[in-house]
Amino acid sequence: MPKLTIDGRESEVPEGTGVIEAARRLGIEVPHYCYHPGLSIAGQCRLCMVEIGNNPRPQIACNTQVVEGMVVRTETPKVLETRQAIMEFHLINHPLDCPVCDQAGECWLQIYYMKHGLYEPRMVDEKVHKPKAVPLGPHVILDAERCILCSRCVRFCDEITGTGELGIFQRGDHSEIGLFPGRELANPYSGNVVDICPVGALTDRDFRFAVRVWYLETAKSICPGCSRGCNIAVHSNLRRPHHDGGRRVARLKPRYHAEVNRWWICDAGRYGYKFVDDPSRVRFPTRGRGDAAAEVGWDEIVPLIAGQLRRYQPGEIGVLASPQMANEDLFLLRRLVDHLGLAHVDFRVPPSRPGDEDRILIKADKNPNRRGAELIGLGPRDGGLDARGMLRAARERRIKCLWVFHHDLLASAWPEGEIREALESLECLLFQGSNGNGVRLLAHYVLPSAAWVEREGTFTNFEGRVQRFWKAVEPLGAARADWEIVARIGEALGLSFMPDTGEDCFKALAATVPAFAGLSYRELRDTGRLVWDCAGRGPA
Amino acid sequence: MRFRQRFYLGEVLIGLGITAAHFFANLGRHTARHVFRSKRARGAVTFQYPEERRPYSPRLRSLHRLVRREDGSPRCVACMMCETVCPAHCIYIVAAEHPNPEIEKYPERFDIDLGKCVFCGYCVEACPEDAIRMDTGILEFSSYSRRGMIYAKETLLALEPAGPDGNPRSPIPIPADRVPSP
Repeated sequence: MPKLTIDGRESEVPEGTGVIEAARRLGIEVPHYCYHPGLSIAGQCRLCMVEIGNNPRPQIACNTQVVEGMVVRTETPKVLETRQAIMEFHLINHPLDCPVCDQAGECWLQIYYMKHGLYEPRMVDEKVHKPKAVPLGPHVILDAERCILCSRCVRFCDEITGTGELGIFQRGDHSEIGLFPGRELANPYSGNVVDICPVGALTDRDFRFAVRVWYLETAKSICPGCSRGCNIAVHSNLRRPHHDGGRRVARLKPRYHAEVNRWWICDAGRYGYKFVDDPSRVRFPTRGRGDAAAEVGWDEIVPLIAGQLRRYQPGEIGVLASPQMANEDLFLLRRLVDHLGLAHVDFRVPPSRPGDEDRILIKADKNPNRRGAELIGLGPRDGGLDARGMLRAARERRIKCLWVFHHDLLASAWPEGEIREALESLECLLFQGSNGNGVRLLAHYVLPSAAWVEREGTFTNFEGRVQRFWKAVEPLGAARADWEIVARIGEALGLSFMPDTGEDCFKALAATVPAFAGLSYRELRDTGRLVWDCAGRGPA
Repeated sequence: MRFRQRFYLGEVLIGLGITAAHFFANLGRHTARHVFRSKRARGAVTFQYPEERRPYSPRLRSLHRLVRREDGSPRCVACMMCETVCPAHCIYIVAAEHPNPEIEKYPERFDIDLGKCVFCGYCVEACPEDAIRMDTGILEFSSYSRRGMIYAKETLLALEPAGPDGNPRSPIPIPADRVPSP
């Protein structure tokens, strides 16, 4: 391992590391545009110039590998002057239309100009004009004038997705990013080119003009789109509700996790948050089926539901939990199920179409917490029926009361007519979920759950990594986190000690379920903890 | 409070005395000026507002207007700089795609809630396109409701700058809640 000195600080990094990466590990940021730790090195932007040893001319830090005894200086007058000159060069043909550019506020041209530029502009000629507002695909729009030709997007499509839609065309100052003829930037990860674009050349069509970025708040979260559990940041617009049609969640951005998703997320996850502010959201508890449904308060509906659960024999009640629910919800539900001595419990409902999967991130299982439901043990108890069995029994009127969480059973792989008949035969159908669906329309009681961004909790991904997500916005209407609803019903049924925070819930879970032993929110931190190895051999 | 002040009748009499002193002094000065044609005596002056107006300063910040392009569309590009800088949060802009990609976007909605506005003029300062100005010379606008104080894009676009004498050239916009019912 070569030893080197950067700005007077010694460091030891593995053979083959670039100087820019060695500096980053010391917390020294060398400004750069084209370098990205997840992509190959291009050396295009020339901004990461540093002085190395006695070499009279500055060199780029990204494509220079460390060698034993190297002495690197990143802040000498020569380096600063070079940086300023390169900033000026990058901005020669840039339109400087920051006020109308969606990237403004998170643009590295703005940031580095203020940090390292601040020169008097000398450009007096007409700037080169290139295509503006060109849609590249369903999610990405290009403004070629703003592009600084760092080629990150080209390398992303070549190296990460392997689809190679993008290239650099023309020569000299007429060079521009573009699609190969007949191609469209429609790969399932296309949104990532917007994230890695350091300037406003590639912007998100979904987010176009929606909210200025300085109005956004950020919360750390986990993507609920599939069982990968990609780390994300939820950007919400709470300060200017007249923007973006009043939608509170403005966009999702990937959050770096070395072992889960690195810097990326898929488009399905990125744009899959729309249900949060959708008109189909369930806002208030209701009682009564179909047109007879009437809004009621929590204080009224909780005793009613407790009464229903008491009215039937344990053998007449089925509970259909959902792998969309967080570990906290599933744990409290299991407690309630154990308390009532119910046997018919399940969470597995096959989707109408099998999910797509690839070797990058996307998993076929579109639920964020199936592994959690398995570990917590929400499968059928001894002699209990599984989901399909419960619905069959409902048709035969052996199960009279069914509590369905989130699932749209009518849009599952099972025949719709049969399921509808089963649900209609029930004496008491409870639906608990964040968004309305076919089951909600048939339910006698509807309980509104908070969406994942409206509460905190944990998901366990397919490999058994328990990861925390944080609250970004307040719940809509009277919606509550699933565990809170279950806790209130549990209390009404005489279950002692029901926790009042998500954290307490998780503590109780860690104390009860062996796979989660020793975990706590503090222990999980930002990166989560692996509790169950991939092969399912036992706790890791 | 001093003992004398507690009997506030005394204070009232002092106040009345001051008012009376001004009244008689002014009465004397006006009499001297108008009856005895004295050029030196000048009494306090009352302007018969609104028939009579004092000249406005050219720097006066009056009701906002949106500047138009030659084709009558707003010059505003919906960059939200004014909305961002506004300390009263009284500007509401919703951006939409402009047919010309060189312009990028335009305000689909541009409302100013004049019930909240503090007339600081920051919006005018912040505008990179000189698309909002406060030079209409209009000061007297009112409404029967809070809702009526919200002026929409069309209203603001229709306003003209004040004339060289500082007097408004556009009629005062009538809020929606004051349109006489047919």
